[in-house]
Amino acid sequence: MYTMGIDVGSASSKAVILRDGREVVAARAIQAGTGSSGPGRVLEALHAESGLGVEDMSFILATGYGRTSLPMAGKQMSEITCHAKGVFFQNPAARTVIDIGGQDVKAIALNDQGGIRQFYMNDKCAAGTGRFLEVMARVLEVPLEDMAAYHFRSHSPAQVSSTCTVFAESEVISLLSRGTAKEDIIAGVHFSVAAKACALAQRVGVRSTVVLTGGAGQNSGVADAIQKELGVPLVVAREPQLTGALGAALLAYEEMMRKEHTA
Amino acid sequence: MEEKIRSLLAEFKTIASHPEQAVADHLAQTGKGAIGMMPIYAPEELVHATGFLPVGLWGGSRPVAKARTYLPPFACSIMQQVMELECEGVYDGLAAVVFSVPCDTLKCMSQKWKGTSPVLVFTHPQNRGLEAANRFLEREYAILQEKLETITGVKITNAALENSIRIYNENRAAMRAFSALAAQYPQVISAVDRHAVFKARLFLEKSRHTAMVRELMEAVRASEPQPWTGKRVVVTGILLEPDGLLELFDRLGLAIAADDLAQESRQVRVDVPDGDEAPLYRLARVWQNLYGCSVATDTKKQRGPMLLDMVRKTGADAVVVAMMKFCDPEEWDYPIYFKQLEAQGVPNLMIEVDQEASAFEQVHTRLQSLVETL
Repeated sequence: MYTMGIDVGSASSKAVILRDGREVVAARAIQAGTGSSGPGRVLEALHAESGLGVEDMSFILATGYGRTSLPMAGKQMSEITCHAKGVFFQNPAARTVIDIGGQDVKAIALNDQGGIRQFYMNDKCAAGTGRFLEVMARVLEVPLEDMAAYHFRSHSPAQVSSTCTVFAESEVISLLSRGTAKEDIIAGVHFSVAAKACALAQRVGVRSTVVLTGGAGQNSGVADAIQKELGVPLVVAREPQLTGALGAALLAYEEMMRKEHTA
Repeated sequence: MEEKIRSLLAEFKTIASHPEQAVADHLAQTGKGAIGMMPIYAPEELVHATGFLPVGLWGGSRPVAKARTYLPPFACSIMQQVMELECEGVYDGLAAVVFSVPCDTLKCMSQKWKGTSPVLVFTHPQNRGLEAANRFLEREYAILQEKLETITGVKITNAALENSIRIYNENRAAMRAFSALAAQYPQVISAVDRHAVFKARLFLEKSRHTAMVRELMEAVRASEPQPWTGKRVVVTGILLEPDGLLELFDRLGLAIAADDLAQESRQVRVDVPDGDEAPLYRLARVWQNLYGCSVATDTKKQRGPMLLDMVRKTGADAVVVAMMKFCDPEEWDYPIYFKQLEAQGVPNLMIEVDQEASAFEQVHTRLQSLVETL
């Protein structure tokens, strides 16, 4: 039995196909989110990788901001539930999840069975999100994927505000004009993101193992800053951008099992 | 009977969304105007006893533009909306505006009112354990009474005030019964409907409102309550609107089992006590009898136990905290009762309330996540 989880976020579309709720058959991410060609392209990419299409799926479950605009999905669930599910599947020792997506930061506390004990999300503010990193990368003229390398060359991270993306952008421009090294500015940007994420994590109560998910998890500079800020070891989820889609595929499988039992 | 319920709920919604019409109707029927009542607590009975219509000024849901000139971004959402409406002259037809000042923002707003109506300010004593505080507030109300009499040209007799107290106590009892009934019939009274019935209370003369509520309750009771397959929550905070936010509750199958909202049940929680004392004194005693509100000092911090009790009595699955954006008193209360809820294992979720909001996707995600965890 194949099930699919599709996670359409604000900045990217991700999808995972599972066989029998255990084995990942295909998994892809496209950097285009809801309202764009992203959802269609991620399905095409999965088909190209696995030869499987929507019609081969026993159940499709959608999550992310675009979850309600996917007609092929049989059910929609929140990305908080899906990330928790995906992380716990990968790492049953996980008790705290930090998810940094395109426009959201979330901290999720898990119980010993993987259920959600408590969660917090950022309010309507881009500070500390993936979008914040994108804005800073553009101002700094450094590709997003190179930011981690700069981070680890820094000896004296600059101070960058974590309260507002626009103000932080002004601060970064000021730092650039004062000749501050890009390495230090980028490390400062990462610590700014970490401060926001850790504040949420502290609110739910930090318990090990702490796992980082979401697109920002691909940036090891962010992971380093969070680990230092939290003061406890941090594990980056495997394929952190795909954890929500993985959780959705697992929940799709559970949904099918439930249907079969009640049939 | 279903038609009757639909028609009454539609009427409540019309009143709730068109307070200006309620004011115009009152003027046409009585020849008397309206007096604005700023949040959160004021002795409305005094205004009612003049024959003028007390109208709750609890903000609106329009884009905030002009108010930015006068208020910092961190003033609460209600005050941003009130200031915007003031600037547009919406309140200029009011004979006066009554201001209680239990928080810093209200205190400042009372001193920089931009409308043309006179402002009548009074102070609630925050030491709520002393008899002297009752006497102080009685004197504050007496001063307010004199000002109202001057503005309206109506002498407020004890008999008129006793009659208004009776009408208000009846309305409070009806609303408490309605809240319990709405929890029993969530398929019939949605979260949006429930709010409309409470909100219409702010604009309608209370004996008329009571009659409408009783009529609605009778129509609803005509059928048996049906099993509810969704979840039930207790909501707490200053208010829970706009309707777009409440529609999420309905869409996600979250019935409101009870509320602790300042705009709704906190207004009807405590009656004016009976007794032989003067009506002004009994009105003043309401403030000391009030409990579980962030703007009324509570040294014992009973809001958490109160919420737990509401959860227990209603069988609610969780508590949803409707945190008014930039409301200091509510924000200070939250960590205290949050810990108390957590200690008892009561699932809870905080959502931000901004009356100006028109997109609710983040709140949708949070509420859906709560439902999925219950």
